[in-house]
Amino acid sequence: MSNFSADKIFNDSHLDVMKELGSMGTAHAATALAKLINRKVTMPVPNVSWVEFSNVADFMGGPDSIVVGILVSVTGQIQGMMMFLMPLKSARSLTKAFMGAMGAPLPEEREETSLEFNEMEQSVIEEAGNIMISSYLSSMAGLTNINFKPSIPFVAIDMAQAILSVPAIEFGKMADRVLFLESQIQVTAEEGKENVDCSGCFILVPNLHSFYRILRALGVE
Amino acid sequence: MTANMIIVGMADLKVVKSPGSLTTLGLGSCVGIALYDAKEKIAGLAHIMLPDSKQIQNNSNVAKFADTAMAKLIKDMEKLGARRINMKAKIAGGAQMFAFNASNDNLRIGDRNIEACINLLKKNNIPLIAKETGENYGRTVELYADDGRFVIKSVGRGIKTV
Repeated sequence: MSNFSADKIFNDSHLDVMKELGSMGTAHAATALAKLINRKVTMPVPNVSWVEFSNVADFMGGPDSIVVGILVSVTGQIQGMMMFLMPLKSARSLTKAFMGAMGAPLPEEREETSLEFNEMEQSVIEEAGNIMISSYLSSMAGLTNINFKPSIPFVAIDMAQAILSVPAIEFGKMADRVLFLESQIQVTAEEGKENVDCSGCFILVPNLHSFYRILRALGVE
Repeated sequence: MTANMIIVGMADLKVVKSPGSLTTLGLGSCVGIALYDAKEKIAGLAHIMLPDSKQIQNNSNVAKFADTAMAKLIKDMEKLGARRINMKAKIAGGAQMFAFNASNDNLRIGDRNIEACINLLKKNNIPLIAKETGENYGRTVELYADDGRFVIKSVGRGIKTV
């Protein structure tokens, strides 16, 4: 068996292209979120890097910090998965903002460490994640002229490393590190409106074949 | 978690003598393989991600796969003075974190990891004496070399010692 590894054949120009894609994708997702909750949303420049398996959870506050993950599997011309991750606190904030914007009764206040989300809150998280991931993917589809077929969204609330094991294992099949396309979305504070601390992060996990398909579509060899 | 506990990362393995202890955090679909020699009080813990190194092109990190990780774990414990004949195994993890349609083989990776570990232990004649696997939640485990106890912690589900 060879020691072929995806991370070794990726060069800086590949990473730059992924970063650009991530940037566009996140911008679309941020716009979708802004419409949903009727607030201004900003996004810092995304960060693209290869991360060691042992450090996959560092950017989410460490292996055992509790996060909410929304996962969509992708089929069509691209095979893989896409994940949106946010700290527990952001998931609460987002649910509240979303329900407020819909005019739905606000969720009851819970302790910061509470893991409880009722059915309504769960579907709000699912739907918000779904809309953001779909916008992200449709922007990628537009740029690359490749079609992405997202599945319905799946939600898990658990330790960051346990949730990240899912994309990490996918990468584990082709590399010894994980390619993180980490882009954040932040809701801007506004006068007279409650501060929404919603920062989340996207991870795109195409299989190796799909990676090259995306890069080729953009003219990178 | 005690201060001098050694942390085993994802795709990593470590061995330790009593009174040492090992931990690995947030096992999702990955499996934690704990081996213990009660006579010599030597413990080993691996955090594997995939079942089989032979199915994957990139296999330079032995701790990533059940087969190569178990071989290395046994070897490293033997180097410390443990004997295979005295080793007993406990495993945890292999969850399906997202409620996907389980027919998709790629997403059933947790089950495949568990299966691989069970078969490899059989092949190595190491008895599997405890198994905390499957379901849909993450697990943090601790392995203590003084008595081989294996502590499993999950979010909102309390602590279990096997």
